[in-house]
Amino acid sequence: MMADPTDAASETQEGNVSRSALADRETNPGSEARGGTPDSQTLLSLRGISKHFGPVTALDGVDLDVPSGRVTALIGDNGAGKSTLIKVIAGIHEADHGEIFWSGERVQIRTPHEATLLGVATVYQDLALCDNLDIVANMFLGLETISHGMLDETPMELKARETLTSLSVTSVRSIRQPVGSLSGGQRQSVAVARAVMGDAKLVIMDEPTAALGVSQTAMVLDLIQRLAAGGIAVIVISHNLNDVFAVADRVAILHLGRLVSSGPASDYDRQSAVEIMTTGALSGRENGAREAAARA
Amino acid sequence: MTTTDNPHLGEVVAPPEIEEETAADQAPLDRDLMALPPDASVNEYITAWFKRVRSGQSGVLPVVGGLIVIIIVFQIERSQFLSALNLVNLLQQSAAFIVLGMAEIFVLLLGEIDLSLGYSGAVGAAVMTILAYPPINLPWEFAILAGLATTATIGFAQGQIISRLRLPPFVVTLAGLLFWEGFLIWVINNQSPSNGGSIRINNTVIYDIVNGNMSVTAGWIVLAVALVLFGVVSVTRDRRRRAGGLVAPPLALTLAKVAFVAVGGIALVAICGINRAVFTGTTVRGIPWVVPIVIAIVVMWTVLLNRTRFGRYIYAIGGNREAARRAGINVHRVRVLAYTLAGLTAAAAIIILDSRTGGANTDTDGGQIVLYGVAAAVIGGTSLLGGRGKMIDALLGGLVIATIYNGMGLLSLSADFQYMITALVLLAAVIVDAVSRRGQSSA
Repeated sequence: MMADPTDAASETQEGNVSRSALADRETNPGSEARGGTPDSQTLLSLRGISKHFGPVTALDGVDLDVPSGRVTALIGDNGAGKSTLIKVIAGIHEADHGEIFWSGERVQIRTPHEATLLGVATVYQDLALCDNLDIVANMFLGLETISHGMLDETPMELKARETLTSLSVTSVRSIRQPVGSLSGGQRQSVAVARAVMGDAKLVIMDEPTAALGVSQTAMVLDLIQRLAAGGIAVIVISHNLNDVFAVADRVAILHLGRLVSSGPASDYDRQSAVEIMTTGALSGRENGAREAAARA
Repeated sequence: MTTTDNPHLGEVVAPPEIEEETAADQAPLDRDLMALPPDASVNEYITAWFKRVRSGQSGVLPVVGGLIVIIIVFQIERSQFLSALNLVNLLQQSAAFIVLGMAEIFVLLLGEIDLSLGYSGAVGAAVMTILAYPPINLPWEFAILAGLATTATIGFAQGQIISRLRLPPFVVTLAGLLFWEGFLIWVINNQSPSNGGSIRINNTVIYDIVNGNMSVTAGWIVLAVALVLFGVVSVTRDRRRRAGGLVAPPLALTLAKVAFVAVGGIALVAICGINRAVFTGTTVRGIPWVVPIVIAIVVMWTVLLNRTRFGRYIYAIGGNREAARRAGINVHRVRVLAYTLAGLTAAAAIIILDSRTGGANTDTDGGQIVLYGVAAAVIGGTSLLGGRGKMIDALLGGLVIATIYNGMGLLSLSADFQYMITALVLLAAVIVDAVSRRGQSSA
């Protein structure tokens, strides 16, 4: 992996400074001193993202890099700003300050539609599926194939099957069964399949395992890893640190609207992650470093 | 991966979420009964169908079963129940219930209800009657179109109010029920003050919608054309699916389905072909025009619901409105269009009713007949909670209601018993639906 203990130590306060500085020199001399543009593997880069709701500061100068083909876990206590951050990326909220870079280019994401055009797909916690419709109808809801004014089921069904197969979702016996008859993990798979069907490059998953049992959770975590293995950048929000450490390549920790720590998942353990989540910093800094050293 | 070298087994700070495996977790193995291999045989399809029935996804089966039981009971009690005369009479009686049930299904599928359809439909029918009556004497086509357009406009307006102002449909359409009742009385009394609150239909075409018959030959021709069309469409659709590499039922099964419909159609035309004249020396035979009209409306609206974007979106909104909205569906437009089509269809229903009774009346009980429309849809299997139901439900449910109505009449039971029995059937339908649902899906 990309684990590099020394990097982790330096990242604890102001993520990716060294790498960003390097990228800054190479590609974009004019960018802000604080962040700079990302390196080429980074799909999405946030620099100094702030968002206020009236007097409330939901996000305060967040810098985050999301690489392609990796799972980035976004963790934090309630009210830390995780939801606001993904809503900024998904175009539901527009950031008040800060810059967003997509494949190194500065972009604006003002509406969900703009996010979709870039290739951002969001799977919300409630999945937004219609239980009474079958899998194909759900995957193509709002995107139906039409010929002569009528629904053209054949191409839709073929594409749905192809997408599910590519995600190795094979436990579903018929893609014509209503989504209401599926298990929690299968429903999650359908929602993800719907998300990636439109050539998504970044998939954001909000609490994908929150409502699932043990075996279903394993199925979804497996799906998340396959997404990343397919070259898609994945952001996972989760309260469940077991799940986070099971799939995440990188961890980003929010505390009171600030990104207080980020780095390779191997630089964290549950204890340090929880401590940073709850207090915003690691009390015994040498403690974390010692553990990192012990692993290395 | 980083999973192996993470010491997250030691500390339990955030306790791992140990949850019960819900029923849904293990369910799919034995639940997806619709799942069949592409080369499934007829036998496998029949087995799957039986499984589906047993698991509560029985579809139309309880209604059809119930209808057969009711028919047998009435036939035992009154031998003239299954006579050609009475059966045709029953079809004529059921038509308005069926069409009004279809009108209601448009909004029931959204998880909403329209209580005004009885009276708003009656207003449309009254408009038609007045336009076809002297001194205006509009040709029947234009009169009917105007009537349909009137109630469609009412539905459109009420839909706009409900959707734009985010008001509960129950209350808005309840207001509509009262308003259009008043309007109906006003219009009819204003038009013909001396006629005691009714306007006769004096256009023979409109009168013959229910009371006129096709010639027997024409009936056979229409049936043949319809069956050939149905067969060709069914077979080519399967073939196209198979050509695309998708699962399609075996040819034998499709042909069996077509044959089943053919038997029903032939029985219908044959029964209607029997002379059912009450007075000796006269001949009354042939299918009433209203029968093919109702079937055409069922087919048309079924295609609209199953094969168009609009239909798909109605189901989606009824299933999960928020999901539909996030999928980019214009929920407002779909809802308003659903109310508009409900109005259009309700006008057709009351036109049929008025055609049968021979005129537009101020004492048309639009408040009661709209509930019969809802009852027809629900007895047929449409859910009041939205997202589940088909146009064919109204056909079956409307036949059940008309059969009770008709049979009770033959037994000389008065309105009190008719109401109570209809209520019990409605209750039974809802109970059957709820119980079968409980066994079926926890998701």
